[in-house]
Amino acid sequence: MTGSVPERNGGSVPERNGGSVPERNGETVLDAPLPPDTEPPSLLSGKGRLRRSQAVAAAAVGVVVAAIAFALTPLQGRADFLLVGWIFGTIAYLVAAGRIEGRRSVVDRLAGVFMVTAVVVCLIALGSVLIYTVVRGAKALSLDFFTHSMKGVGPRDTTGGAYHAIIGTLQEVLLASLISVPAGLLVAIYLTEYGTGPLAKAISTMVDVMVGIPSVIAGLFIYAFWVLALHQGFSGFAASLALSILMLPIVVRSAEEMIKLVPASLREASYALGIPRWRTLLRVVLPTASAGITTGVMLAVARVTGETAPLLLTSFGFDSTRTNPFSGPEESLPLFVFRQASSAFDTAIDRAWAAALTLIIVVVALTVAARLLTLRNQLKS
Amino acid sequence: MNVGTVETPTPERPANAGRSARKKVGDRVFQALTTTVGVAVLVVLTVITVFLFVKAWPALRSARLGFFTETKWFPDTDPPAFGVAALLWGTLLSSVIALMIAVPVAIGSALYTTEYAPAVVGRWLGYLIDLLAAVPSVVYGFWGVMFLVPRMIPLQQWLAHHLGFIPLFHDPDNLFGKSMFAASVVLALMVLPIVAAITREVFRQVPRDMREAALALGATRWEMIRTAVLPASRSGIFGAIVLGLGRALGETIAIALVLAATFDINLNILKPGGNTIAANVATKFGDAGSLGRSALVASGLVLFAITLAATLAARGVIRRTGRAAAGLA
Repeated sequence: MTGSVPERNGGSVPERNGGSVPERNGETVLDAPLPPDTEPPSLLSGKGRLRRSQAVAAAAVGVVVAAIAFALTPLQGRADFLLVGWIFGTIAYLVAAGRIEGRRSVVDRLAGVFMVTAVVVCLIALGSVLIYTVVRGAKALSLDFFTHSMKGVGPRDTTGGAYHAIIGTLQEVLLASLISVPAGLLVAIYLTEYGTGPLAKAISTMVDVMVGIPSVIAGLFIYAFWVLALHQGFSGFAASLALSILMLPIVVRSAEEMIKLVPASLREASYALGIPRWRTLLRVVLPTASAGITTGVMLAVARVTGETAPLLLTSFGFDSTRTNPFSGPEESLPLFVFRQASSAFDTAIDRAWAAALTLIIVVVALTVAARLLTLRNQLKS
Repeated sequence: MNVGTVETPTPERPANAGRSARKKVGDRVFQALTTTVGVAVLVVLTVITVFLFVKAWPALRSARLGFFTETKWFPDTDPPAFGVAALLWGTLLSSVIALMIAVPVAIGSALYTTEYAPAVVGRWLGYLIDLLAAVPSVVYGFWGVMFLVPRMIPLQQWLAHHLGFIPLFHDPDNLFGKSMFAASVVLALMVLPIVAAITREVFRQVPRDMREAALALGATRWEMIRTAVLPASRSGIFGAIVLGLGRALGETIAIALVLAATFDINLNILKPGGNTIAANVATKFGDAGSLGRSALVASGLVLFAITLAATLAARGVIRRTGRAAAGLA
């Protein structure tokens, strides 16, 4: 798929006009020797081309105007200046483009500026969430945080940690994986290998529906069914049931995709050797697809590790370590963040940041590892 | 791999017959196993959904049709008075505002990564933007209430001061902070990576020929996008938006942390307050009585119905980019 990504003009600056800069550059070179009447119709009906130096100069003029405005009027603030400077710089840049290249170029460059702005907004958002969490979390983290629970710790105490929450998260995510990975794999095999007719259609539709189930609804499902109707009470296991509902469709979809990608020649070679279909699946198809399936499972684990709402409804939260996840309320990292963050005391807020940082590191590490695995496989093939 | 079963190149007839019988048994067992698991998942989810109705019934019977018109939420008082009207309003309002903020940014960034940036840069930018989806919602909520809400107050004051004549930006109490607007911005950040990931995938699938045809006709890059890329991806963009909507409707913890929960219906998005169905479940669950919890389950049922409709509407796109749909592309 990535092979078909349109790559144009290698490393050129995005704001540069048009998709065919090299051709247009060639055109400007040709301009001189050609008599004026045989000049090919310019793509942009304007008089010439905006050089990059001119564009930068124009944008700089805009920023200077913004600076003067900030000096002379009551406007102030760093963020405001960046915003106003960005707007003025863009306007000046577009005016320059308009004077030199014409109206179509202005629209084109405005779109370019908008898209760059969109990317910058995304990156600022990401950076600000990550950096703020890291700064606040690093201040509050200590070794004690990982070795102590909240047993007997009041909200205003500076002691206490997330030991019990980490244990709980490990238990719940592990149990959820034990349920949803085998089940998801089998459903994916059914859908790709055996499934035909209305039953397969129904199961496939349900997997689609499950993809769209909000996590809080998954929690309510298990709460109504397991906790209330079956009188099982809150427990870490109930939480892992809720997480399984969220994990299963991701595992099914990624496994399905990966199984479909296994070349038919591999299967046929196996069949030709007289190996039955099910052994071919277990010994040839699944091992070939295993890297992709592993990526899918890792992403699914990353997603459910950060889920809070379903855990709140099924494992409720608890201050001590729970070694048996099958009975009694249990804490987990996201729940720990939520419960501490809901407190009014700075000490609790600090603990929440420490746990938030731990959580982000775990989830982002899982996501990045899954991504690297995919990249490595792409390079291999 | 395992070639033990085919060691003999010319097996005698009887052995071969026995083997093919075993082969058939093995295949049948395996098919039965996978089918059973598939059916089991189907049955379990259906049963669970039924129990959602069963447990919502006491609340629905108590509130009757008032469940859809009442704005207050006092299910555990005597007599109880509760309904999802205000919650439903807050859910839809916050989701729509979040989409209005997130969709242009998401599509802009997707276009930049596929159409403007060199392939390598575009790919890495895509990975970075996808990382936004990896941040847990509880962290978004916590960051939102600690970092974003205080920093948004000047912007909200500015909007109320200069654009207060628009009902949306009217703020009668001149109080700012944990408002619908702030919550929607946090929500927008969470919707953004989903819409961006799916539209990016959709734009990549537009045939290269169409782009080059447009460029060959003398189109600028934007004209190429407007005439070739966007029309070809219209249904994909629609699907991405609906999936983003599904995510926004169901977001719970971030909203629960950012919004100051109140139960009223108004358009003043700068005023602190408002609530959503999902956030209300999270905040009220802890100390709700038995009818209160039944009422929360019933409100969840309403949310489930809405997201189900959204998911089915976007089904074609989910099939094509199932992993992106899960926010994990």
